[in-house]
Amino acid sequence: MTAVLRRNGLGLLAWLAGIVFFLPIAWMTLTSFHSEQDAATNPPSFTAALTLDGYREFFGTGGGASPWPALVNSLVASAASTLLVLLLALPAAYALSIRRVRKWTDVLFFFLSTKMLPAVAGLLPLYLFAKNAGLLDNIWLLVLLYTSMNLPIAVWMMQSFLAEIPVAVIEAARVDGARLPTILARVVAPIALPGIAATALICFIFSWNELLFARVLTGVVAETAPVFLTGFITSQGLFLAKVCAASLVVSLPVLAAGFAAQDKLVQGLSLGAVK
Amino acid sequence: MTATTTTPVTTAPVRTVRQPSARLRGWATRAPLLPALVFMIVVTQLPFVATLVISFFDWNALYPKARRFTGLDNYRQVLTDADLRHSVWTTVLLTATVVLVSLVLGLALALLLDRRFRGRGVVRTLLIAPFLIVPVAAALLWKHVLYNPEYGLFNGLLHYVGGPQPDWISNTPLLAVEASLVWQWTPFMMLILLAGLQSRDHEQIEAARVDGASDWQIFRHLTLPHLRRYLELGALLGSIYIVQNFDAVFTITSGGLGTANLPYTVYQSFYQAHENGLASAAGVLVVIGSIVIATFALRVVSSLFREEVARS
Repeated sequence: MTAVLRRNGLGLLAWLAGIVFFLPIAWMTLTSFHSEQDAATNPPSFTAALTLDGYREFFGTGGGASPWPALVNSLVASAASTLLVLLLALPAAYALSIRRVRKWTDVLFFFLSTKMLPAVAGLLPLYLFAKNAGLLDNIWLLVLLYTSMNLPIAVWMMQSFLAEIPVAVIEAARVDGARLPTILARVVAPIALPGIAATALICFIFSWNELLFARVLTGVVAETAPVFLTGFITSQGLFLAKVCAASLVVSLPVLAAGFAAQDKLVQGLSLGAVK
Repeated sequence: MTATTTTPVTTAPVRTVRQPSARLRGWATRAPLLPALVFMIVVTQLPFVATLVISFFDWNALYPKARRFTGLDNYRQVLTDADLRHSVWTTVLLTATVVLVSLVLGLALALLLDRRFRGRGVVRTLLIAPFLIVPVAAALLWKHVLYNPEYGLFNGLLHYVGGPQPDWISNTPLLAVEASLVWQWTPFMMLILLAGLQSRDHEQIEAARVDGASDWQIFRHLTLPHLRRYLELGALLGSIYIVQNFDAVFTITSGGLGTANLPYTVYQSFYQAHENGLASAAGVLVVIGSIVIATFALRVVSSLFREEVARS
């Protein structure tokens, strides 16, 4: 009897914890569908009428800057850097798992150690370089930086995925005369596809989230979605529904990618150390 | 850029050599690795070397002609300036608090989720969600929607029970930043610890239970020792990410009210004050701090990694 009670009690506690952690997001979602007057009340109006005004405001139909250029910039920076990461990481992971170079563990740990170098360590020289090379406010500079930010994670994740591919399959392709690009594209990639997809999603999330580089190195032309959001840091009268709509819209791609990669999320975040 | 990404292709002719020497074969093996390796060295290591060099110069971008070598002066200034020293302390405090609190909460949640109950998948999804909100958006959510003294949710809920109506960010600025970060990082810790719990040897636990061990004994003598390295890993990875935190400090307090940490200070001293030399010295200090943490982190990762390699 007490065992049953305890089991249910702990399940209930888990539910309670889940709800508490989710509450801010639920409230943000609800507020984003309220009118500005209903959003800023105390006590909160839980049952106020729903409206899309917050979203209309955010997308600039009510005046103000349109977020579309920033969203497109974020998409370009995240997608292009993710693609570049995969192009660089797949051959590298091959040389670290299938046909291993000597001292492959040392190389692997070199990649990991670069991830531990904080972003601020190179920020100023990168800024000065960009300024002199005329690359300030250029989305492709961010693409390169995001690639370097995610490459170690991708190399670690992919090498752990590729290590699971039977060597015999690859040897067979080699005997048939296939060269490395063919082997990677036709043999390795199809087998490791789920792992590659998870890696790509995680790299996408990190690029999409990034603020510091984007804030320092972009301006009006290449600003990304997180930089656009910093425009909401100071209060502007009644703007709560708009802030909620903005935060939610910008977070949607990350939420989607995160839930899609849920199973591999830990592996990516722990740089492949935990499976 | 195109040159580096196509390197693997250019190595293909090596195959056509009839008797490739050992050296050539060595390069053929290394070739697929080189683009990634060279890219990383150029984009991450070179700028850091430049930071190191600049940190020895007195260089304000507004007065470029006055640039001169000053040796360790910038470091002396960073370590003696009250504001900068305070930001070193803030960084330590912020990182330690967020990591420890989210680790403890994450452990509790992982233990709850490790049991079977109705709707476990849903609860797991609810718990992961905070980690999947864009950091700036999460900081905005806490700043405006939860903390706002007039219409924020916290004071709204307090209103129902007739509680006080505090101005959260002004009263406890650092705690306000920390709470928002704990909310985002607890799911991260939970995921790592849950993976650790699920890799336990269940036969061993069953055997202990048959022998009459209590839940607490099993947790204390079997689960906790097994989890130790996962706890270490969570703490160290969390520290590496949070020591660099910029988004929450920038958004919630804009570095005011004594919440400026080192990354924010670096940003401010060159982006707003144009003090290139000082900013670089502060940046190098962040790196030294990270290296200390990273040395431990690498050790933990490599021990987990070696075990993984040995197992396969």
